Amino acid sequence: MIIPTVWIVTLIIFFMIRLIPGTVVDLMGAEFQQVSQAQMGTQAIEHALGLDKPILTQYGHWIGNMILHGDLGNSLWKGTPVINDILKRWPVTVELGLMGIIISQLIALPIGIYSAIRQDTWGDYLARSFAILSLSIPTFWLATMVIVLPSIWWNYAPPLTYIPFNVDPVGNLKMFIIPAVVLSLSMAGAIMRMVRTMMLEVMRQDYIRTAWAKGLKERVIVFRHAIKNALIPVVTILGGQLTLLVGGTVIIENIFQLPGMGQLVLSAATNRDYTVITAVMLIFAVGLVFINLTVDLTYGFLDRRIQYR
Amino acid sequence: MVSNSPYKTTERKSHSSLVNFLIRLIREKPLGTLGAFITLLMLFTGIFANYLAPYGVNEPHLSNTLEGPSLRFLLGTDNLGRDMLSQVIYGARISMIVGLCASTLASFTEIFIGILSGYFGGVFDLIVQRFVDAVMCLPGLILMIVIISIVGPGMLPVIIVLGITMGIGGSRVIRSVTMSVKENVYTQAAVAIGCPTKRILIRHILPNIAAPIIINFSTILPGVILTEDSLSFLGYGIPPPAPSWGGMISGNARLFMFRDPWMGIWPGLSLSLVVYGVNMFGDAIRDLLDPRLRGGVGRYGLKVKKVKYGEDT
Repeated sequence: MIIPTVWIVTLIIFFMIRLIPGTVVDLMGAEFQQVSQAQMGTQAIEHALGLDKPILTQYGHWIGNMILHGDLGNSLWKGTPVINDILKRWPVTVELGLMGIIISQLIALPIGIYSAIRQDTWGDYLARSFAILSLSIPTFWLATMVIVLPSIWWNYAPPLTYIPFNVDPVGNLKMFIIPAVVLSLSMAGAIMRMVRTMMLEVMRQDYIRTAWAKGLKERVIVFRHAIKNALIPVVTILGGQLTLLVGGTVIIENIFQLPGMGQLVLSAATNRDYTVITAVMLIFAVGLVFINLTVDLTYGFLDRRIQYR
Repeated sequence: MVSNSPYKTTERKSHSSLVNFLIRLIREKPLGTLGAFITLLMLFTGIFANYLAPYGVNEPHLSNTLEGPSLRFLLGTDNLGRDMLSQVIYGARISMIVGLCASTLASFTEIFIGILSGYFGGVFDLIVQRFVDAVMCLPGLILMIVIISIVGPGMLPVIIVLGITMGIGGSRVIRSVTMSVKENVYTQAAVAIGCPTKRILIRHILPNIAAPIIINFSTILPGVILTEDSLSFLGYGIPPPAPSWGGMISGNARLFMFRDPWMGIWPGLSLSLVVYGVNMFGDAIRDLLDPRLRGGVGRYGLKVKKVKYGEDT
């Protein structure tokens, strides 16, 4: 199932850019004239991009280069291989994304579980309002406010220059923590609600009633019996959350000026550097396909009943 | 021809179920009612924006730039001396138009894909679902940025792109519901008496998957509004002179916010409020329409009390 999906992803990405009305070549011709004085004819551009060949040949060429040589093409503006840019930038995005996921779990799991086992108390209402609030507040606004308000109130600005991890690990983490927290909040709300629903469902099952009847302490029931089964479905929504997370990293990287893949795709979109765009989208999509596959496999591993179905 | 009496009964029934729904909404879901109120308020603000706004859209007051809230400008002014209140009110209109149009388009897309794929099944379903898989694997925001960077920004491209991508994502639910409705006896009976497929799809399947369609619409709507404003924020949504809430926080405005934070606070607050309201309303609709979730929520609390405090003994 995964190979056809990846194949269709490449088809969509490749043909989308070519089939959408408004030819890229015309746009690029205009851009070329603006950026460099040199006049570049439509045919010259088409030839440079290999667009003068039949479309299926182009596709075959693109796929072949990618699979055989790991070559994603050259940037249209800089002429350097796209893969260099991506290799330089992916650690930033991955670090941001990972920290975002970890922090969102740290927020979502305890609050979600608490909210379920103390259902309909003030704590539960507070937790649920927090979840809805974190779903409603747009990431880009929260991030902007996090930069603007402290600088007005306390003259404090979050560090906005990128520090690589291998130069100064502490400074790097310090710089990443604020963007990661902002990024994690939007995810935390969704996960929290899922954890709560699942906990409520599990707590109603017969084996939990048995555990109560045996006279086990609530702590043991919640943490040893209920939590394991409640968290299995939560793993699956992580896959869906990741697609949103990628969008979130684009926004966060833009606001906090982190040189990651999101910035790359934004600048490529402004310059209409379409080899960069296709490459980045392809990497994101393939990455997401494989992560989702891993999630599915983990699901089967966590819930042994699935194998027998 | 439709005889007179059954026609009347069906009409009365559907009418009373809507009223029943509203009564249940108000009685059982106070937060949902609040959400419905906020949603209606936004609709009202959007429709009557030109009557409600104290100043015209983009009307500059050059001597009053970057002011805080005052009696003359209730929410202050921005760097060009435009009244924030008017801008926010006109922003509601844009959010409403984009939100409703794109969500409706998404509904049509998901109904079209979902029903066909779910009803016909087989190879057709397999191929369509691989495409749906593939689109769902593409990161949505980046996909939209790329498409809009090629097509050019503007309200229509944003609506079309948002509607179609969100609709493809939502088609999964519609497909699975269609597959279960297809197995019902009345659908088989319709096939047996030789109903044309088009009629089966429209008269037998479509009305029975109305609940998931409404639920999907209510979950897509806040997503559409948020995404539109995220796109406008990044410069790939509604282009600047139009007062989109996302656009009001982006670009140059961010530089001026250090001097006048109100400029950034108001659009963001109104956006959060609207998304909150629509979310709460949508949640309430889902709880009331989805029979699987109905009524089963309060039980665990009761059980804990019984076991813990030994009411039986």
